[in-house]
Amino acid sequence: MSMVEFKKVSKQFGSHLVLQSIDLAVDPGEVAVVIGPSGSGKSTMLRCINVLERVSGGDLLVDGLSVRGSAHDVRRIRLEAGMVFQQFNLFPHLTALQNVMFGPIRSRGKSKVEAREIAAALLQKVGLGERMNHYPSQLSGGQQQRVAIARSLAVGPKLMLFDEPTSALDPELRQEVLKVMQTLATEGMTMIVVTHEMGFAKRVGSRLLFMDGGQLVHDGKPVELLSNPPSERFRDFLTHVD
Amino acid sequence: MTFDWTAIVDALPDLMQGLELTMLIALAGLAGGIVVGALTGALLTYGGWLAQAPAQVYVALIRGTPITVQVMFIYFALPILLNVRISATNAGILTLIINSGAYNAEIVRGALESVPTGLKEAGLSMGLSFRKVLAYVIAPIAVRRALPAMGNQLVSVVKDTSIFLVIGVGELTRRGQEIMSANFRAVEIWTAVAVIYLIVISILAVSLRFVERAARLP
Ligand SMILES: Nc1ncnc2c1ncn2[C@@H]1O[C@H](COP(=O)(O)OP(=O)(O)OP(=O)(O)O)[C@@H](O)[C@H]1O
Ligand SMILES: [Mg+2]
Repeated sequence: MSMVEFKKVSKQFGSHLVLQSIDLAVDPGEVAVVIGPSGSGKSTMLRCINVLERVSGGDLLVDGLSVRGSAHDVRRIRLEAGMVFQQFNLFPHLTALQNVMFGPIRSRGKSKVEAREIAAALLQKVGLGERMNHYPSQLSGGQQQRVAIARSLAVGPKLMLFDEPTSALDPELRQEVLKVMQTLATEGMTMIVVTHEMGFAKRVGSRLLFMDGGQLVHDGKPVELLSNPPSERFRDFLTHVD
Repeated sequence: MTFDWTAIVDALPDLMQGLELTMLIALAGLAGGIVVGALTGALLTYGGWLAQAPAQVYVALIRGTPITVQVMFIYFALPILLNVRISATNAGILTLIINSGAYNAEIVRGALESVPTGLKEAGLSMGLSFRKVLAYVIAPIAVRRALPAMGNQLVSVVKDTSIFLVIGVGELTRRGQEIMSANFRAVEIWTAVAVIYLIVISILAVSLRFVERAARLP
């Protein structure tokens, strides 16, 4: 079974059609990199998956559960699909450790002791074992984004969604975040990543999706698509990214 | 004229009794006003149309009328309309709760709205219900943002208690007025009353600043 399955999904904001009949299946273990011009609907597509946006038409299954299902199903989908945001969105009133403990305690009902173990291990893993008791404002952007990744992982998702995770970062801080993501990919995590990092797409992506005007225009192996752009639009876009 | 210190010394026991009532009314008004303000503020921010409309009417009504008129209405008009009896002290407390609740509601709404949507989405995307997101993410941040404005409002609540002399509540200002009309030592008595208010409000202001500092994020 696919981890994520879009079935003719459309999304409208008022009269503005932002997603047009998207069909897409992402299998477990895949790393799908999504690219496309600004406003093409990449964020919206990602946000539909963990139901931060409601689909307007069609259906969308996440690990077999429909985003149009009951509140209980929506909650289960969100537990299974972790989300990493461009702006990190760490909780400013909690330390790095408390941020990562938040999910296990508040949405998985774990004890503080258990949550602390999970959180400490994950912060070690993203290279922030020394910064656990810092507040977000005391961390660099790259560190904050790594805490945010750990926070999502702590909930125990089967799927990770990344919406331009390095776009808000200075270029020299991007690699530390991309490295964490690469490790995650090699461990077999299913990932959908909206990014303009073509190096990452080539190195880590198992699949490249090009969106334009709310449609999924190209879908293929990153290296093949990038070395042999199938359309004028796509070639144009690539010259603008680099 | 000579400043007669003995007039103050003689008046002090009575003034302290007045202060006690002032503090009782103020504390009840503060606590009630915070609860009413938090609930109304949440309705104003997250309520549907049906919940927002009455909340907006309530806030507009209170902010658009003087507190003196409000207490007169509650003490003299409400008993006629509802056929109930209410003591002057309780009328004062009720007025403060309703009055400060309305001002607090606007402060709470502003604070809730100032919390970035991204934080709400981060909470929701982890599988929390909106209620939990409100309790564990939005509220802790909003409270910190509301503290300075809320502090000013709490100080006004203490000062507003003096208005209740108009319905005969024996609070500090009323006591001062009574003593003065007996001994005519206006300078001494009103100086004493003012200094007592000043001390109480300074203590409140300093404690509030302390709380604000303790709650501040790095
Ligand atoms: N909440 C909303 N209300 C109305 N319109 C919206 C909303 N969210 C997104 N849109 C519109 O939907 C379209 C797609 O937006 P989306 O954010 O998905 O694009 P994107 O591909 O992620 O762009 P970017 O690269 O700039 O992040 C845009 O035209 C945007 O203005
Ligand atoms: Mg976007």
